[in-house]
This record gives sequence, C-alpha cells and structure tokens, in this order.
Amino acid sequence: MTGKAERMTGARAFVECLYRENVEIIFGYPGGVLLPIYDELYDAHLHHLLVRHEQAAVHAAEGYARATGKVGVCLATSGPGATNLVTGIANAYMDSVPMVAFTGQVPSSMLGNDAFQEADITGITMPITKHNYLVQDVKDLPRIIKEAFHIASTGRPGPVLVDIPKDITTDELDFVYPDTVELRGYKPTFKGNAQQVKRAASVLKGAKRPVIYAGGGVIGSEASKELLAFAEKLKAPVTTTLTGIGGFPNDNELYLGMPGMHGTKYANYAIQESDVLIAVGVRFDDRVTGKTTSFAPNAKIIHIDIDPAEISKIIKVDVPIVGDAKQILGSLIDQVSECDTKDWLDKIATWKRDFPLFYVNRDDVIKPQYILEQINEVCPDAIIVTEVGQHQMWAAQYFKYKEPRTFISSGGLGTMGYGFPAAIGAKLGRPDKIVVDVSGDGSFQMNSQEMATIVQNNIPIIIAIFNNGYLGMVRQWQALFFEHRYSHTTIENSVDFVKLAEAYGAMGIRVTKPSEVKAAIEKAVEFNGPVLIDFIIEREENVSPMVPAGAAINEILDLEDIQ
Amino acid sequence: MRHTLAVLVENKYGVLARVSGLFSRRGFNIDSLAVGITEDPTISRMTIIVSGDDHVLEQVMKQLNKLIDVIRVIDLSSEEFVERELALIKVNADANNRAEIIQIVDIFRARIIDVASKSVTIEVTGDIEKIKAIQTLLKPFGIKEMARTGIVALKRGSKSL
Ligand SMILES: Cc1ncc(C[n+]2csc(CCOP(=O)(O)OP(=O)(O)O)c2C)c(N)n1
Ligand SMILES: [Mg+2]
Repeated sequence: MTGKAERMTGARAFVECLYRENVEIIFGYPGGVLLPIYDELYDAHLHHLLVRHEQAAVHAAEGYARATGKVGVCLATSGPGATNLVTGIANAYMDSVPMVAFTGQVPSSMLGNDAFQEADITGITMPITKHNYLVQDVKDLPRIIKEAFHIASTGRPGPVLVDIPKDITTDELDFVYPDTVELRGYKPTFKGNAQQVKRAASVLKGAKRPVIYAGGGVIGSEASKELLAFAEKLKAPVTTTLTGIGGFPNDNELYLGMPGMHGTKYANYAIQESDVLIAVGVRFDDRVTGKTTSFAPNAKIIHIDIDPAEISKIIKVDVPIVGDAKQILGSLIDQVSECDTKDWLDKIATWKRDFPLFYVNRDDVIKPQYILEQINEVCPDAIIVTEVGQHQMWAAQYFKYKEPRTFISSGGLGTMGYGFPAAIGAKLGRPDKIVVDVSGDGSFQMNSQEMATIVQNNIPIIIAIFNNGYLGMVRQWQALFFEHRYSHTTIENSVDFVKLAEAYGAMGIRVTKPSEVKAAIEKAVEFNGPVLIDFIIEREENVSPMVPAGAAINEILDLEDIQ
Repeated sequence: MRHTLAVLVENKYGVLARVSGLFSRRGFNIDSLAVGITEDPTISRMTIIVSGDDHVLEQVMKQLNKLIDVIRVIDLSSEEFVERELALIKVNADANNRAEIIQIVDIFRARIIDVASKSVTIEVTGDIEKIKAIQTLLKPFGIKEMARTGIVALKRGSKSL
C-alpha cells in the first residue's frame, strides 16, 4: 500500500491484510477471543463460510487450495477451536498444500497462565507447520500476515499458522501493508541448476526403459503441461502417485496409472525394470516404494524436487535437481530427444493387456468399482474428493482423471473425515465443477455434521457413500493377515444415511441394485443441490491388486482371484 | 562420525524449541548444543555436535535449513576449526589430597575458583578430549557435581562464516 497510513485496530487490519492477499473466502468458526475479528467480518467484503466443526474449516480450506491452487485460509478460536485444527494442519503439511490458519489466543497478559481456553497452539503445531507465529505486537501483524502467505505459497508449499492474542485485535496501529518480504533464512531455490539439468539430459540420452514417476509436486507447480510434453518427447511412460493423480491425462497411451501398494501391476513392473527413473515432485513414500532396498533396482534415478531435504532422504538418487518442477521440466524438454523405447512400450502394452486392473462385476450386488465407472460416465469432468479407505483406492483406480486438481484426497496423513469438508472447499473454489465426495460409511461419520453447512448455504455437493457396513480397509487387512478376525471393524446399520440427509434438509437417495446406480447419479447431478447417495455395496470386496507391506512392489497380488 | 555444526539463527523466541524439536522428531542425536548471541544482536549462533554417518548429517543440515528462522548451517568439521568448552567440576578435597588436585589443575591449565573445607571447584576450558581427561584424573577423588557449557567453535584463520 502506498499513501498515508490509516489508524485502525488489529481486527480491522486483519481484514485489510486478507484483502491485500486477495483472499476471497475463509472457513471459520467464532469464539470469545475472536469477537473483535468477527465483528469486522460482519460487513467485510469477504466470503466467510461458517462450518460446524473447526476440523471441517481446515479441511475445507485445504480442499479449496487444492482445487484452485490458491492459499486456503481458515480461522478458529483459542483453545479447543485451535486444537480442532490440528489434524487438518498436519494433513496439509504432509501433502504440501498452501494454507494459512489463523487462531485466536488469550490476551497476551494471560499467556502462560493456563487461562480459560488457552492452548499453546504454536508449540503444538511446530512439527506440522512450515512455520508459525505468535503475534506479540499489533505493529507486526501486517508483516506477519504478509510473510505467512508468502511462506505458505512459495517453495515447497505448506501450512503456516498465525496465533493472534485478543488484545492484538483491539490494539491500534498505523496500517501499512508491506510490498515485499524480507526473510534472510528463507530463499527457496526455484531455478534448477543448469549443470544438473545437463547431466539429467545425458543420462536420458541412452535410456531404453525410462519411467517417469510424478507426484503432487507436479500439481503444486502447475507442471502438467510440461510433464505431458516431456513424456511425449521422450516417449516415456508415466505413473502418478495418489497426490499426483490428474497431473497426467489418464487416457494417454503413456499412462501407467498409480504405482505402489494398490497401484497397477504394470506401473510397478515398469518401475522395477526401468533403467532410468525420472522422479518429479515425489518423496518416495513407503506406500509407493514398498521394500526400499529392492525399489527400481536397475535404474539410474533423476529426482526433481523443490525441497532439497527430499533428495536422497529415502533412496539414494543419481542426479538430483532442486527447483520448481515446471521450470526444470521446461528446460529439460529442450535438451532431450526421443528415446528408443519401442520395445519397452511394447512390453508395457503386453503387461497392460495381461495384467489389467479388473474386477468381477455382478448384476445382483453393486460393485464399488462399477459405481466409479458410472460416475465417470455421467460426469467425466467432475472433481472427485475422497475420504480414506477402500473407496479412496477405488476412486484412484477407476475414475479417469484428465486434468490436474480434479482428484483431491488425503495422501500422506490418510485422514478419515477429510473428504466431505474438502469437497465443500473445492466446490466453493470451483463452482463451475460438479464435486463428488467419494465416501465410506465410516469416514463420512467423522464429519457428517457438515451436512448442516451445505444445506444452510445450499452448496451443491454429491456425497456418494460406499456403504459396506465395515471399516473396510482395516477389515481387508484383518481378512488377509489376521484370519478374518473382524475386531471392531463392523459398523453395519449404524445410521440410516438417507434419513440423516433428510433430517438436515438435503436429498437422500438409497441405491441397492446395480441397475439403479447410473440413474441415481444422474438424478443427483440434475438436482444440483446438497445430495447424499447411499450405495449399498458388496460388503467384503477387497482393493486389488495389493503389495503386502514390506514386499517389493513387483510382488503384487490379485485379491479378486483369492476371493 | 562426529560433526560440529555452526547454525546461525534469528534471535527470536521459540527458535531453540524449533531446532531441538526437529532433532528429537527426526531421531537425530545431539551430543552437545550451545547457544548465544553473536556480534549481531539479531542473530544467535548455535553450535551443535551430532554423531552420524554422511546420510544423517546431510538430512540434519537440510532439515535445519528448512526452518525459516535458520539463516545458515555450516559443517565446521569439513574444515580446520577450533572448539572449546568450559566445565565446572566440584571435587571432594581435604588437606590430605588438595595438593595433588592442584597439581592436576596446573597441568591442565585449569583454575580453582572456589575452595571449601571438603571440596574444591575447578574451572577448565578445552576441547572434548581435554575435559574428558581431567574428568578421568579427578574421578578417584570423587566428583560431586559437574556442569558444562557445551562446545562452541569457530573456523580457523581470518575468514569468518
Ligand atoms: C482419522 C482416522 N482414523 C483411523 C484411520 C484408520 N483407517 C484407515 S481406513 C479405515 C476404514 C475406513 O472405513 P470407511 O470410511 O467405511 O471406508 P472403506 O474402507 O469401508 O471404504 C480406518 C479406520 C484413519 N485412516 N483415519
Ligand atoms: Mg466402509
């Protein structure tokens, strides 16, 4: 801001800062110490969405951020409000999602006194934030908020928390919003080292069996166009991790699907037999690598990542390139030429034919995979948001994603209860898109209170509950590794979801027959309002294929056969 | 292998917690940690001794660098450097053995900074080996109490960080 500084309270300055950061929506829940801020929000030119639980605010902020690429913003009161954000902050941290979480705090003079609703939220969130602040002087508020948005959205994105004691919101300052940020300890590398890019190009020169292993970093840096151009120029196949889904068009011939525990067999085989593995914006998560000592045993590994600490953290790489994936892929494209991959792609085509993803459909009981195929039929351009469990894996496997930011799922933390609120954020960020929350009967019950939020605000979201009466993913492990002893994973008849939807004033549809699946989805799309579909599915369907924990990823088994 | 890291950090509240939290969370072992402000009052300097192989060291340095409040991380042990620690040691002493203790103190160019009827308190400065050595020699007299500052270190020569 230029011109004369205006005198105002911290609460007013808070709102001014959000304007300066072009924040269009915040997800929040009020409380005692936030009264001055909420009073400012009463007539602010900002959309504030009132949720029903702070956990939903933070997940919604994340869903918004993932759907739009902008910074998600949430707001919660001190003490329990702040601690209710913790899971969502951890989730955003694990999946590197840009977010600024604001919390109210007890007045500065009472800090450390175990005051009413005091919780040391900066201490609590230290290991799960990229950075956090406790505002100690109202004069620092604009600078801190400017820094928070800068840190959250640059380098490797992540959540930043700003804790604001109540007196800071009533103290006055001469408001000036800084134009620049000066952080001598924070200078993320953006441009890849030219020498390293050259080395990568020379490694790729002789490659016969290259594989590109792309992750969330491709989405975060908006690099999917470059990824496509790069893969097509090299003629190299591409596998995308759970958080990378959508980063490469799934209908492209070079696409291998997801790697790892519930990936495709051919993605895993390709990685294992590759001679050069180009890892882009990934962190070699254990769900992808399986047994690390036998991961991609014959490959030279090129690793492109914005975070130097990810280089050789899990697996020693041969050519690290630190920087922005979009920028680096862009310069790499100019230095590589087509690899001689004809035999390799033939081999992969054979694998794809011999070992496809498959399930055995039936007409008397609904198969979950079939529902996803039908959602794909009815709304192929939808944003699919998921909860955590078997349904999440089926959503990753059976929907054909064409664009980045159309698959939103809790990857690193695996948070049940994430999907529904994240879907709310995604819908508000992308109102033009149909948003489907692919949900489990267990996960949905972790944040089902948000039905009230979508009904009150008439937010059109399709909640598709894959109702198997089980905490299915855990049940699957019990079936496979604990002699079918289903200890505390049975949740059948816990609630009538249709009546629950209706109680909130939403539409509820129950579907028990495969023949009704498509019509129900069409009806929900047409309704264009808050709607829940309760799909009663095959109870003991397993997610297949599967790499047993601790095995090499080529030791991948079909579970359909076992059944 | 033992590494001596110099870590320049913002002189702000909470920085020590960020650094120590990082070490415990990631399972890195700190052998010694000393912190104090530098010639620039906005900057504190931590000297951290860590043991671990190259992979651990690389991760420690990279993870430290990720902290926003960390300005620079330098592995001093990759070059020539000097390190010192100060220890205060309270040893049982009486008229019979005081002379013997004073002799040890002299050899180590340490100092006696407090004398009581049944004990003396010794101040000794040196590297880890020297402190270990005097500790070993004083042990037979009975060490009642010991306090150490942790190691601080600087690069040799006229260059600074
Ligand atoms: C908050 C949380 N608690 C526990 C778990 C462990 N967990 C992973 S999947 C799962 C079962 C999920 O059940 P449901 O939502 O019905 O999905 P399904 O697997 O049946 O499709 C559980 C309990 C988790 N991921 N998150
Ligand atoms: Mg279930």
